[in-house]
This record gives sequence, structure tokens and C-alpha cells, in this order.
Amino acid sequence: MGRSLTGSSKSTFTNNMDPGHLLSYGFFQHAVLAALLMSISCGIAGTYIVSRRMVFISGGITHTSFGGIGIAYYLGLPPLAGAAVFAVLAALTTENLTRRKILRNDSIIAILWSLGMAVGIIFIYLSPGYAPNLMSYLFGSIITVSATDLWFMLALALAVAAVFVLLYRPILYVAFDEQFARTRGIPVMFINYLLIVLVALTIVLSIRTAGIILVLAVLTVPQNIANLFTKRLSHIMIWSVVLGFAASMLGLVLSYYLEIPSGATIIFTLVIMYLMARVIKVLTLER
Amino acid sequence: MSNPLVEIKQLDLAYQKNLVLSNVNLSVFEQDFIGIIGPNGGGKTSLLKAILGLIKPLKGSIRYSFDKNEIGYLPQGSHVDESFPITVQEVVASGLERGLNLGSGTSRNRKLKVKQTLEAVGIETLHSRPVGELSGGEMQRTMLARAIISSPRLLILDEPDTYVDNQFELELYALLKELNKTITILLVSHDIGTISPYIKTIACVNRDLHYHPTNEITEEQLKVYNCPIEIIAHGPVPHRVIKEHIHK
Repeated sequence: MGRSLTGSSKSTFTNNMDPGHLLSYGFFQHAVLAALLMSISCGIAGTYIVSRRMVFISGGITHTSFGGIGIAYYLGLPPLAGAAVFAVLAALTTENLTRRKILRNDSIIAILWSLGMAVGIIFIYLSPGYAPNLMSYLFGSIITVSATDLWFMLALALAVAAVFVLLYRPILYVAFDEQFARTRGIPVMFINYLLIVLVALTIVLSIRTAGIILVLAVLTVPQNIANLFTKRLSHIMIWSVVLGFAASMLGLVLSYYLEIPSGATIIFTLVIMYLMARVIKVLTLER
Repeated sequence: MSNPLVEIKQLDLAYQKNLVLSNVNLSVFEQDFIGIIGPNGGGKTSLLKAILGLIKPLKGSIRYSFDKNEIGYLPQGSHVDESFPITVQEVVASGLERGLNLGSGTSRNRKLKVKQTLEAVGIETLHSRPVGELSGGEMQRTMLARAIISSPRLLILDEPDTYVDNQFELELYALLKELNKTITILLVSHDIGTISPYIKTIACVNRDLHYHPTNEITEEQLKVYNCPIEIIAHGPVPHRVIKEHIHK
């Protein structure tokens, strides 16, 4: 029953219980690549979000993008293009209104968050024909990722990695102490806006795999596991990529054998990993 | 006299139409050590931020005879997120940054500078410690190291003596006195009694600025200039007399 959410059928290969054979399926190869690329961009961008305490902003951006999905459906455009426009606009609006102290930061986020969802629902309702598979946008569908999706995800993963490698020090210094960074002549506003746009795009491209509701976990849980054991930004980034990918693989295989939705299983795996990491941390500290 | 390093003329500063400083004039010369005193909310920090270029003046001008990036800055305590994942050596190295640099390079030169500066402020053993695990005094030393690592022309310190123990306070001022041989210093403090042996001149800031070309200030002078500051008397029994008076 759960499989219907992810739109795949597995009836043809239930008898083979060896996980190795999974890799021979095209959909599974796509899923592995999608998990890897998502782990790279979310691992890096998520570390930035978590250490700057921008998780709620990211939640706002994520949900606002649903408005873009709705409008794109109505106009017959690619849904993720609509999501990207809305996500970037939400990111820039939040950043700008907060800086100019026009509204409280959390209030702006809440307004955009609900507005985006409302716009999405209205336009999907107005769209002629049958209602699109909303569940796949809300909860993701890693096993139906297309080759085109993968190319976009690859481009983004490369862009995110390049920005953080090239601008690592300025990003670290701005994130830690914006005011001091400005006295050192670092272009603080450029860094802030560049990164909020990258975060928005990371979120949009993760909607395909993790979904609007679940993407926040991929952006925060691996980072918090890593942060239990290291207090260096670069190390948290690397470990988040590794942990995110490991959890995605484990979740994917579990969801296949347990016949439950893949996105939700990946999130569940991540949270279990976090709890286990906490236990390990406590045990190693007491020794 | 030679050209001032910083020349402030008829400066007005405002936050959303609330005037915090009005008609401030001040010239900072090479090797000055100016103690800036005044009540809380009197505009001391705003004046420093204006000199740093962090807030734009409403009126008036600030002129520099050197590159503004050659200012070292120690902000007022605890405005940073202490749970941020960054180590002492990374914080201190940020003081060396100038403009936008690509790459994450940790050259040998940078590492050496960081090491020397950590030694100068007495925290060389803490170089890999995350800032979240520092005591208040260790944090202030880290911030001081970040401010002085670039060997700045001008050093701006906003209450460096908060959160620190008496021992470090003495070390801090001794270090500043040594630095002052080559570096010009602007120091905000609420404790005129402690800083007066080290500073050369005093600027009293309370919406306007009165400059006193001495390092001693009497209660009589304070009355004349309407400077409501705390006079802290240092004696065998610690006590403080808080002077209150109305500013125009």
C-alpha cells in the first residue's frame, strides 16, 4: 500500500532478497545517484543553515515554494521551475525585510510559509483535469527521479561545493561575526544573499527526493549528529554528506524490503542514527 | 601637529531618527591612547561603529589618513553565538582577512602569526578549543587576539574589561600600554579609575563629546561638562560612588 505513494511497483522482483541485485534496476541506480547528490548539497548547505540558526527560515522557503508548484501546474509549466522561482523570492524577501527591520523575522517567515501553501492549494484546485500527485511533492519520491532531475542535481551539488570551497573563510567569518567581517572589508551582503539563494535552490532540488515536509530533516539531522563529535564547520560539512548518504542508502533498502515509503523511511533512519549517536556520545564521555 | 589619523567633524549619528550623537568633533593622532567614558546609552559604542564605518553618519564627516581596513576591533562582549562551530585559532585568523579572498588556504605565515598572537595574550594552549568551551575571560582574550593580529594602525576596543578577572585586567592594560608604543588606541570603558594610569587623554561621550587632554579627571570637571559617569574609588575596601547628573 505504501508503495503507491512513491509510484513504483515492485511485484516483479520480490523474490530476490539480496540487496546487490537492486543496483541492476535503473530506478534504483537513479535513486542512489539522487541520494548522493542530495547528500552533498544538503550536507554542505545544511551545515550553514544549522550553524547560523536559519532552520526556521529554511522551513519558510520550503513551504513557500509550494505556491510555485501550484502556479506552474495551473500554467502547464515544469513544477520545479515554479518552485525555484518562489523559493528564491521567499529567500530574498525574508533576508531583505529582516535586514531592514520592517517585520520580525519569524513573522515574515510564518506569513510567507502559509501564503505559499495557500497559493499552491488554490491553483492546484483550479487546474483542469485530475489533481496532480501531491503526495510526491509533500513527501518526495526518490525512486521516480528522472535523468533530467539528476543533471540539475549534479549542477547544483557542484555549484554548492565550489562556492563553499572557494569562499570557505569569508563564509565562516561572516556566519560567525558579521559585524567584524564587515570591518575586515569582506562583502557581507554579497555572501549573505549568495548563500540564501543557494540554500533556496538546494531546497527546491531536494523536494523531488525528500519532499517539502521531509527536506528539513536532511538539512538538519546529519549536521546535528556530526556536531556532537566535532566543532569545526568544515568537518561538520564533510560528515553531514557522509551521514546523509549512509542514511539515505539504509532508508532506501529498508523501504524496499518493508514496502514502506522511501522518503519517510530515510528520515526515520536519520533520526534513529541521531539517537544512537547521542547514546554513543554519552557512553564515551562517561568512560 | 602632524595629520590626524582620524578626523571627525560635526558628526551627527541617528538610529531610525533617534539622534544618539550630535555635533561630535574629535581628532585622533598617531600614538594617542584615548579613554572614552560616559553613561550607558550615551553613544560610546555608536561613535566607535561610526569610526569603523559600520554605521553611516546622518551629518558631518569622518576622514582617515590611512586604510580603514587597518583598524583592529574588539566589539562589546557576547554579541556572537557561542555555540557556533568555530575554534579559537579560526576566530583569531579572521583578524588577518582583508577583503574577499578565495580559497581556504592556511599558509605557514598565517599559522605562525596566529601562534604568536595567541602567545601574546596568553592562550596558546587553547588554539584548537571551540569558542563554546571558553570562559568569559578566555573569550575576551580570543577577541583581543583577533583585534591585534593584523598589527593595526588603530585599535578600537569596546569594553574589553567586561567578563574578565582582575589578573587578566592588569595583564590586558599592561599589554595595551606596550602596544601603544606603535599603535593608536581608542578604548571604551565604564571604569575610569582602572584605565586612567594607562590612557593619555579622555573623551567623555554623552550625546555630545568633551575632550580632556589629560588622563585624570576630577569630579569638578565632570560637573562642568555634565558627564554622568561612575566614579570608582579604589581603596582597601571596594566601593563605588555613582555620580548622577542631568545632561542638557
